Amino acid sequence: MTTRELTYVKAFNEGMHQVMAEDPDVFLIGEDVAGYGGVFHMFDGLLTEFGGTRVVDTPISEQAIIGLGVGAAARGLRPVCDLMFMDFVGVAMDQIFNQAAKMKYMFGGNVSVPLTITTAGGAGMSAAAQHSQSLEAWLAHIPGLKVAMPASPYDAKGLIVGAIRDDNPTIVVLNKKMLGVKGPVPEELYSIPFGVANIVREGNNATIVAIGRMVVEAEKAAENLEKDGISVEIIDPRTVQPLDIDTIVTSVKKTNRVLVVHEAVEFGGIGAEISSQIQESAFDYLDAPVTRLAAPFAPVPFAPILENAYVPDAPRIEAVVRRLLERK
Amino acid sequence: MATPTEALESVMPTTRELVLDLHRRMVRIRRFEERAGKLVESGDMPGFLHLYVGQEAVAAGVCSALTDADQITSTHRGHGHAIAKGADFRPMFAELYGKTTGYCKGRGGSMHIVDMNRGMLGANAIVGGGIPIAVGAAFASQYRGDGTVAVSFFGDGATNIGAFHESVNMAAVLNLPVVFVIENNGYAEFTPQDRHMKLTDIADRASSYGIPGVIVDGMDVLAVRNVALEAIDRAKRGEGPTLIEAKTYRYFDHQGIKGMRILYRDPAEVEAWKTRDAINLIEAIGVERGLVSAEEFAEIWAQTEADIDDGIEFARTSPDPDPVDILDDVYTA
Repeated sequence: MTTRELTYVKAFNEGMHQVMAEDPDVFLIGEDVAGYGGVFHMFDGLLTEFGGTRVVDTPISEQAIIGLGVGAAARGLRPVCDLMFMDFVGVAMDQIFNQAAKMKYMFGGNVSVPLTITTAGGAGMSAAAQHSQSLEAWLAHIPGLKVAMPASPYDAKGLIVGAIRDDNPTIVVLNKKMLGVKGPVPEELYSIPFGVANIVREGNNATIVAIGRMVVEAEKAAENLEKDGISVEIIDPRTVQPLDIDTIVTSVKKTNRVLVVHEAVEFGGIGAEISSQIQESAFDYLDAPVTRLAAPFAPVPFAPILENAYVPDAPRIEAVVRRLLERK
Repeated sequence: MATPTEALESVMPTTRELVLDLHRRMVRIRRFEERAGKLVESGDMPGFLHLYVGQEAVAAGVCSALTDADQITSTHRGHGHAIAKGADFRPMFAELYGKTTGYCKGRGGSMHIVDMNRGMLGANAIVGGGIPIAVGAAFASQYRGDGTVAVSFFGDGATNIGAFHESVNMAAVLNLPVVFVIENNGYAEFTPQDRHMKLTDIADRASSYGIPGVIVDGMDVLAVRNVALEAIDRAKRGEGPTLIEAKTYRYFDHQGIKGMRILYRDPAEVEAWKTRDAINLIEAIGVERGLVSAEEFAEIWAQTEADIDDGIEFARTSPDPDPVDILDDVYTA
């Protein structure tokens, strides 16, 4: 496999190109995805390569975009419906959670909905309360949906391909602040299956379960901690639904201490679910309470000084890990 | 001067076969609904039902103009659309009884009947929820160039939901082969039309999307069929969507036969609509024109009754689902 450095957004874009070339049933539809190539240039070049039948601009109509995808998917196509900002899922929510998610089950298995929704979440760009949210817990709560949170260029490509090849409704949440992050990406078409966590870094003293961009912050924290001889294991679940709890529990049984970190607000976040499952499966192995680090229970603020205080970062992750290790 | 229906009949004559076909579709809907309603109200069947009685001409007229390859989306009041599209009584009753032999293996019930083999893309318990899905089915028709169309049935109340606006506009802009059929029964649940919109004719909304809006007498199954044929033909020619408003009436309550017994409409209004009953009208046409005898119509009623008895017996004696399987089909493996 030939591997080279690509940005997160280029890696995603390459995955789109390759999977559309592979499967003529895949089409892309959404606001400004064709002529403009998507507001984050995730879809650059697709219109030129695949034409206007397969790469379709729409009116600003999120319900109809997703609903169109649901109907087309039920007829056997593989739509990729873009929602631009994750905050916009609310506008389309009926089609996502009442229609796409439930058709397979409530129709007795007679219909599959191989629909992929792409969107961008996360804070850190002064985009304020309606363009910065991390709403993965909303989506992961709905039986029938699958939710991916790629945390590297390699995963951005592999997870979009995995999502499109999946026969279920999937949501791939890119992180806006990671678009320019570079990393090694194979040239070939490859796919990352949903529900398989990535052990980003191996360690013995504590486990950090990090979601989305928090993986990058956890890595920075781990490097600092290593200077003091503290060895941290980092688990990136990659998909929060399905959740690879086995890999997390195996790690916790080894390290006996665990921090769960995400950008979404702490209350009712995916960290609450992960924490609960860890204590149910590994209570006797824990030397400290399962700890969470997440956003406070407030909308995402605009002012940089407020937003920096709001989103967890490497120094705070490091501090919490040190506190975890103080417990005997 | 010829009425639009008469003018069309000059090129699409009303044949004996057509009258029998439309009559059979409507009678099957009516008797299914009456029997199912009684079974729920007696406690024999679980859940609750939104019955289609009174509106049969709309589903029958439109679906008679479709093939199994054409797709429809339906509503919470969806039994009529499924039956008109050719659904079988056995799996329908079995689904209403929550049995494994039902269309949805007992997972969906009344508001989620689906029959993919007949292009019935599902009833939908969210008002307006099926409209964007029909647009997607039509997108697939256009994408594949397979010459099929999609039809979305929904009520007057659904035209006030955002999904209606987004879907009709999107279908118009993308020039998709879809027909939107408003079944205007005058009430959004219990709220009369004049209290949920300023319009008298909902077809007027079509002009704001740059597509044709057509009004049809929803108690006249031949008229409904003819406007549907025109709209379907237009869609297949690549000229985009049409909005059809069928003016019709729901004899029973929003839910159930007797429903909640809230007096929200004048009983005289109900009786007045029944004088123009769609099944009576087609029987009168058939007999007056010498196409079908009264005895032949009676035979359709009798055969329908027998088919319903068979469907109910099948459902009652079918196995219940096993709770062990409760997680099956949440995901496609």
